[in-house]
Amino acid sequence: MNETPLVQLSGIYKSFSDVHVLKDVNFEVRPGEVHALMGENGAGKSTLMKIMAGIYQRDKGTAMVKGKEVHFSSPKEAEEMGIGVVHQELNIIPYLTVTENLFLGKELTYGKSGILRTGAMRKQARKALEALGVKIDPDAVAGELSVGQQQMIEIAKVLETNSDCIIMDEPTAALTDREIEALFEVIEKLRNQGVGIVYISHRMEEIFRICDRISVLRDGNFIGTKMVSETDFDEIVSMMVGRELGDRFPVRQVTIGPERLRVENLSRNEHFKDIHFDVKQGEILGVAGLMGAGRTEIMEAIFGYKKKDSGTVYLDGQRLNISKPADAIAAGLAFVTEDRKDKGLVIGMTVRENFTLTNLKAVSKNGILSARSEQEETDRLIKKLHVKTSGREQTVKSLSGGNQQKIVIGKWVNNQPKVLILDEPTRGVDVGAKKEIYQIMNELTEQGVSIIMVSSELPEILGMSDRILVIHEGKIAKILHRQEADQEKIMHAATGGM
Amino acid sequence: MSASTRKISIFQKLGPLIGLAIILIVLSILSPQFFTLANILNVLRQVSINALIAFGLTFVILTGGIDLSVGSMLALSGAITAGLMAGGTDPILAMLVGLAAGAVMGAINGLIITKGKVAPFIATLATMTVFRGLTLVYTDGKPITGLSDDMSFVLMGRGYFAGIPIPVIWMLASFAVLWFLLKKTTFGRRTYAIGGNEEASLLSGIKVDRIKVMIYSLTGLLSAFAGIILTSRLNSAQPTAGTAYELDAIAAVVLGGTSLSGGRGWIFGTLIGALIIGVLNNGLNLLNVSSFYQQVVKGGVILLAVLLDRKKAA
Repeated sequence: MNETPLVQLSGIYKSFSDVHVLKDVNFEVRPGEVHALMGENGAGKSTLMKIMAGIYQRDKGTAMVKGKEVHFSSPKEAEEMGIGVVHQELNIIPYLTVTENLFLGKELTYGKSGILRTGAMRKQARKALEALGVKIDPDAVAGELSVGQQQMIEIAKVLETNSDCIIMDEPTAALTDREIEALFEVIEKLRNQGVGIVYISHRMEEIFRICDRISVLRDGNFIGTKMVSETDFDEIVSMMVGRELGDRFPVRQVTIGPERLRVENLSRNEHFKDIHFDVKQGEILGVAGLMGAGRTEIMEAIFGYKKKDSGTVYLDGQRLNISKPADAIAAGLAFVTEDRKDKGLVIGMTVRENFTLTNLKAVSKNGILSARSEQEETDRLIKKLHVKTSGREQTVKSLSGGNQQKIVIGKWVNNQPKVLILDEPTRGVDVGAKKEIYQIMNELTEQGVSIIMVSSELPEILGMSDRILVIHEGKIAKILHRQEADQEKIMHAATGGM
Repeated sequence: MSASTRKISIFQKLGPLIGLAIILIVLSILSPQFFTLANILNVLRQVSINALIAFGLTFVILTGGIDLSVGSMLALSGAITAGLMAGGTDPILAMLVGLAAGAVMGAINGLIITKGKVAPFIATLATMTVFRGLTLVYTDGKPITGLSDDMSFVLMGRGYFAGIPIPVIWMLASFAVLWFLLKKTTFGRRTYAIGGNEEASLLSGIKVDRIKVMIYSLTGLLSAFAGIILTSRLNSAQPTAGTAYELDAIAAVVLGGTSLSGGRGWIFGTLIGALIIGVLNNGLNLLNVSSFYQQVVKGGVILLAVLLDRKKAA
């Protein structure tokens, strides 16, 4: 590992207006290494990567690529020097084929005629995909592929530009476990070819599995770089948060009461079938399963957001008639959706407006809003949930992921629900905020709220749930008690083992 | 960060006002007749019809929708009111029926859009044609005249109160009520929320379909109101009344700074937008600019306003 680093950033400073986002940060990527960049939301990871990729320009410091100092003024220049980015949001055009996507903007043509060399492009696309070791038809329509496959196209696209340094921003956030495995194989392959990879993720388990080194940022400061072999989970976490976090999953003292919600015979053609389960007062029911197993669809059907073909839902023994979310809310259900930007928040509205949206009745009289009670309610929630915001009139767009998630949860807490359904409550949320969300969940159960938590993070499922419902291809594969559950048993059931 | 975004939004809010002020100053310099009380009142009266329609459209556009049928709803409601009066119905009753007709037509738009899941542009493009056709059927393609000379009807469009034309009073009163509705009520908050993120609104328990039907119905009601005022002013109902009015109304909303993609905007901006269009029309007439060039200037101003707005947002 003594070769010249592919990229070496040293003493990087960057500020926006008066806010110092990066202060004296050092970071390097060597050929053939997977280098994790970690830090809480807002620590400056994205800014650093954007400087590396030529999207932002540094205020101070040096950037060397393969030993030569560079001043990128556009992403194009960075790309020419071999630095490619696989963005968290995929830039795939769904109606075009895989080949068309791969060559977007750099199509092969006969001379300058503008006539496409379709055959040549298809051949090259096939070769590129084979080199990655993935089985994707170059003629397939991109939008019909799974998210994991789409991501492979993005990676192939970056490799096509002859990048030898690839930045991957939360690449596994939307992948199924099987797809994650496939991605890791590809990363392994790239590493052996001498490609350097910057890996940004909040998932500790992944980082420790595939990365060689970890660099940590905190509040724009460079905290340090550690070899994975010489550090451990706790050390990295305390570097990130600057303090001992204590137990990852806070202890909870609840006596579980009688049955609260019961679901019977819930079915929807091609999505899920014969779903039976119940949740008790004060209980946390974890729902595990592979992505695409139908977990979200089941929750959406219970909440009346998507239709069901059959099935009955009982709350405290009373049969519920739910045909739209408003019915579910009136009955005492609450649903924190998986996708906070698309379904959870009105992103252009303020903290206040988002908090009160689920229960405008509580802050109005005869349909007329009371500014005072809105403000009081919002301030109370900001304090209760420790939302880091410049004030109740800040638009939620400019909040960090963890704080946005607190708002989505907060708007339901405000409603005093009997049953709270959480779909991937901590996705894309940093360690500190994660723990705070767990604490909120615990407090709610102490007040007798029942929680259904859909999660793809097994440690979270195991750490938080009283019982675990495992879904496999739209059916209940197993129900496990906390004491008997472990990762192997859950994965076994989730992948269809008996 | 939030402080700077807020600053931008205040600047954006001031934009239409500054634009109006510039046009007022320029026209006052160019034409001595322009800045006289009589002419200003005249402009305000002309603006009132477009403003009423544009107020309704502001709600529609805030939800991310559009309503192209406003001109046709205006015509049919005006014709119904006139037809009833010509047939001897009590004018107040006739006007109430006209208003109700507008509300019903708007509700039909809303139902097609929500229950039929048709894109608002297509749905109202179709009903624009249907309502216009019904107007032609009802009027047999001829103006309806010989209307009531009862003061309740005559004053609607032709009267003055304390020297101010009654249509202007209607416009300002409607503005006050709608401003309150949009700014201070749960209905208004839900309107913004639907435009900002319809899925999140639905999942937050907002009855999105119901709110939308109410909004389209409100727009129908306001178009009908404008139609009745117009009928009174002309003392007749024209089968082609309100043709292309949707364009001026959309222009007013956009000039006022409301985003066509929904979620962002304000009704005061719409009032200013309507005034800009009205003042331009009037000023160009006073300056004897040919009606052909007037269209070029009007279109250019709208384009300029939107371009400036983009630049500020970037």
